[in-house]
Amino acid sequence: MSEQKPVNAADIRAVLERNDSARLRAWLKTCASCGLCSESCFFYLANDNNPEFMPQYKVRKTLGELIKRQGEVSREELEGMKEIAWARCTMCRRCSQYCPFGIDMGLMINIARQCMRTQNVCPERLMNIDQSYVEFGNQMQIPDEEFVETCEWMAEEGQATIKDLEIPIDKQDARIMFIVNSREPKYYPQDIQEAAIVMHVAGDNWTMPSHGWEATNLSMFSGNIGVAGMVAQSVYDAALKLNAQKICVTECGHAYRAAKYEGPYWTKQPNGQAPVEVTHAVALFHEYMKEGKIKLKHKFKDAITLQHPCNLSRSGDLGEKADELMEMLCENFIPMEPHREWSHCCCGGGGFIPMGPDYKRTRMVAGKVKAEQIKKTGAKYVLVPCHNCTDQINDLNKEYDLGIKIVSFKQLICELMEVPPHMQPEEEDE
Amino acid sequence: MYAFVNGPLVWIAFAVFILGSIWQVAALYRMSKRTDKVFYNHYNSGAAASSIINWLIPFGSHSWREHPGFTVLTFAFHICLLAAPIFALGHTATLAFNLNISWPNLPDSVVDALTLVFLAAALGILIRRFVVPQVRIVTEPKDIAVWVITALPFVTGYMAAHKMLLDPDTMLLLHALTGCLMLICIPFTKLAHVFLFFMSRAFIGSEFARRGTKTW
Repeated sequence: MSEQKPVNAADIRAVLERNDSARLRAWLKTCASCGLCSESCFFYLANDNNPEFMPQYKVRKTLGELIKRQGEVSREELEGMKEIAWARCTMCRRCSQYCPFGIDMGLMINIARQCMRTQNVCPERLMNIDQSYVEFGNQMQIPDEEFVETCEWMAEEGQATIKDLEIPIDKQDARIMFIVNSREPKYYPQDIQEAAIVMHVAGDNWTMPSHGWEATNLSMFSGNIGVAGMVAQSVYDAALKLNAQKICVTECGHAYRAAKYEGPYWTKQPNGQAPVEVTHAVALFHEYMKEGKIKLKHKFKDAITLQHPCNLSRSGDLGEKADELMEMLCENFIPMEPHREWSHCCCGGGGFIPMGPDYKRTRMVAGKVKAEQIKKTGAKYVLVPCHNCTDQINDLNKEYDLGIKIVSFKQLICELMEVPPHMQPEEEDE
Repeated sequence: MYAFVNGPLVWIAFAVFILGSIWQVAALYRMSKRTDKVFYNHYNSGAAASSIINWLIPFGSHSWREHPGFTVLTFAFHICLLAAPIFALGHTATLAFNLNISWPNLPDSVVDALTLVFLAAALGILIRRFVVPQVRIVTEPKDIAVWVITALPFVTGYMAAHKMLLDPDTMLLLHALTGCLMLICIPFTKLAHVFLFFMSRAFIGSEFARRGTKTW
């Protein structure tokens, strides 16, 4: 068993060396241990202000120890650190907004994860997902042919709603190359259909690649940066091969962050820019609405709030657009407080959802902050443009008896939009 | 001894402080060219400036506004820390006499008040360290050490000015000694946040700006 293997400190040191940077050195030196990061952290708040949950302490007990001892730690100690780096932090980065020096503690936890991952100390399921990316190119072991078949099936089925609905695969020179979370072909093929309907009705020139269609990049959270780079590269390669103008990521948070912001560094792109522009469903739908490519029968009438996924609204640039899209779609949009880039993580991110049932209890406890935020809005509908947030908020709904319904942008748009007469199927099927 | 402390040692202390700080900044800057491409690739001067300025203004950042007590303490501490020594008559007169550089001083009573406010704020910050659980848990001996190093010149300065405890000359000697100690420590301890603050804030302001996010 790998559990019995001694820790290879040299591997850990190699990760530390790779991540040794001027900013990290400045952060390590400058922290004044003022504690201002504490209340920014939902883990700390949800665990009754237990000081062991405050961000700096968590960094010190993981990366701090690994640096101080240059990787010379025991496996038991690493196991202890694992429970901090994965189960007490989602790398939501809210603490860095509250630190007087702007120390990026989420990034430091990520470095600690990378160190531990070299020793296979990591939640089991995340390691299995790394393996699935390597073997199948996606996190859910779906062969590419099966994905293509699912798309064909969804297009065909969707023709009951939209005449001639297509899901173009591997079309050259499209404006949009849409990529999805493999949960969609696996469990929620309707999601693909809804996105297709929206793009079709908007008259966009779009496609999906038969390989490189997986948008998620959970290796970013397992700490396996090699695989994370491979996944990002396969998306870029697909877009380059198809000569697509833009890569558009489905309603998923970390996928957008990975492809747009981190992927270029993992894959060593010049100037830190993705080789093909990366955008997101939120931005795309915003554009459709703004330019009148999608028209509504009416706005959504019930009170509705919006979950700002950390990787879209804090580590991504979509907070404002998401709010504007809400205003364009809904009559009674009640934002959570705090919102946009100051929003709390729901505790579904950072790999938490795929870490599985072993970590569910922790997730439910820490999700209290989000549950209370939702409750306070009084809204019974929550719009969630992220898969991991969706799972988490669904679980919170049961755990905290919120009595809410969760919807996505594509779902809402499909419900509200006007389908031009020439796109309506000839005979109404009742 | 007195002549050494008030003469060459002061020069040495300032030299170590200034050259040491420049050396630290230069070393980090040189390293950053190699290891922090993410900063240069997406550098946003407006966001970097906002990220610094808003944190220099009391209640200027979200975090300051959400922690009003600590904000008052820390600004009282830092403002007095700078103002008292810069405008103390003893210092301006010494400078004018030795280097022929001069700027206005504040009346002794005002400098006394600044010093006392500083010491009160410093005490408040120290008490907070031990009383507030989330601060206590991350407090290390070096945090206490830099606190002592920073407070001592003010304690000795005040006592020298008011002829307390020791004879003024001895106290003045201790004052110069502890002042030099603080200056020498700045580049090499946590006190380096004197200049690192500007670097790390510029970085994070810029890094989050490319994601449309404010860090203030």
